[in-house]
Amino acid sequence: MRPFAYLSAPDVATAVRAVADDPGAKFLGGGTNLVDLMRTGIERPDTVVDITSLPLAEVEERPDGGVRIGALVRNGRLAAHPLIRARYPVLSQAVLAGASAQLRNMATVGGNLLQRTRCPYFYDRTAACNKREPGSGCDAIGGFNRSHAVLGVSGSCIAAHPSDMCVALAALDAVVEVESVRGVRRVPLASFHRPPGDTPHVETDLSPDELVTAVELPPSPIAANSRYRKVRDRASYAFALVSVAAALEVRDGAVTGVALALGGVATTPWRAREAERALLGAPATEESFRRAAEAELAPATGLPGNTFKIELARRAVTATLRRLLTEGSPA
Amino acid sequence: MVEVRLRVNGAEASLDLPPQVSLLDALRERLGLTGTKKGCDQGACGACTVLADGERINSCLALAVQYAGREITTIEGIAGDGPGHPLQRAFVRNDGLQCGYCTSGQICSALGMLAEHGAGMPSAVTEHLCADGLELSDEEIRERMSGNLCRCGAYNGIVDAIREFAAAEAER
Repeated sequence: MRPFAYLSAPDVATAVRAVADDPGAKFLGGGTNLVDLMRTGIERPDTVVDITSLPLAEVEERPDGGVRIGALVRNGRLAAHPLIRARYPVLSQAVLAGASAQLRNMATVGGNLLQRTRCPYFYDRTAACNKREPGSGCDAIGGFNRSHAVLGVSGSCIAAHPSDMCVALAALDAVVEVESVRGVRRVPLASFHRPPGDTPHVETDLSPDELVTAVELPPSPIAANSRYRKVRDRASYAFALVSVAAALEVRDGAVTGVALALGGVATTPWRAREAERALLGAPATEESFRRAAEAELAPATGLPGNTFKIELARRAVTATLRRLLTEGSPA
Repeated sequence: MVEVRLRVNGAEASLDLPPQVSLLDALRERLGLTGTKKGCDQGACGACTVLADGERINSCLALAVQYAGREITTIEGIAGDGPGHPLQRAFVRNDGLQCGYCTSGQICSALGMLAEHGAGMPSAVTEHLCADGLELSDEEIRERMSGNLCRCGAYNGIVDAIREFAAAEAER
């Protein structure tokens, strides 16, 4: 690995100052993505600012009934936290569906938000990749694209967003708190990740010197009845081909509340607004679920390797909603 | 160079390391603790699994400097000087290995896994997230151990060994 200077930041002010003053510096959390990318030479920081000593590792209930998750809460702790299990089961399930237990013990919530794509052409430094090297092209578009996105794609990039956690956060209307030397601001998860467009190397709304300090979950009357379903090539420890985060409320046979987001199929954690619109007020039936899924996937564009995901996503959405209707919450 | 004070298997070691040295390389190359194996070196195989304050981690993705002051336990610490840890002996009895390269990681991971299960942590196959007294079924063992690959395919023996050890521990 390329040598770098190391600084362990004792407080947030020191951390954000250190990165603001040094354009070659990067924050280091659990290391499960950044250390790997540094070893392959895709990330090449001159200075690594270790933030794991910062006091940002608590999950706290807020007065409004929502929850504030510190950016350094480890993924495994988040999934196991009693408040998350009971009130936001979709988030527990999504986190548990990702990576391995070892990685979840290391990976932080902030790091998961900033996790980079697992597109094999992004990782292969001999391949053309506009995300890794702007302007170099995209070998995935004409290559092996079985794992790639069908929603939110551009002519520059079709890399799928890899996170499970973020899919649940998208469905839960999470808000990301970020801090820099300029102060604190809040970014809704829906605008945190950017679609690739012509600049696939710009992946989030953050400036390089902004530190994720927390994720806030607003109180949600429907989140207690929520589930995550992940479809993948192996039973465990694999990235999603398709995943669905869903929360559902049904009264007198009609859908009175719904939140839906998709993973594995899109370039960003994909809030399924079209499907939600189709579902609200509709009878809670298999037919409505299917029609909502079709509405969401209508703009999907597949390539020879990944067109199968479009029908797979329709079925996964339908099946997840059906299970929520018939079995209810996993909490 | 940074000075890194590691606590490994109950002993203190002070090392001068470049910050890019992984915990795995520090254990193997600097401390001579070669029981912990380097498989993929990218967090995909679990061969490098060790315990940090009792929690299982992939030591290949851990910078040694980030683990200063934490209590690191490797297979050498688990084995002790006698006939081996009961879980090691269960692996031998149940053919939980062929080549043995993944075994150190499997055993560290299994001990971490049993602690997580004992603390009531759910897994991706747990039906009811908030249920008490979660049974450690074979399905649960397989899911919870999915971060440790075995290229010899000794998975059936590994599950048998872990189940046998966990049952014996529950008896005690």
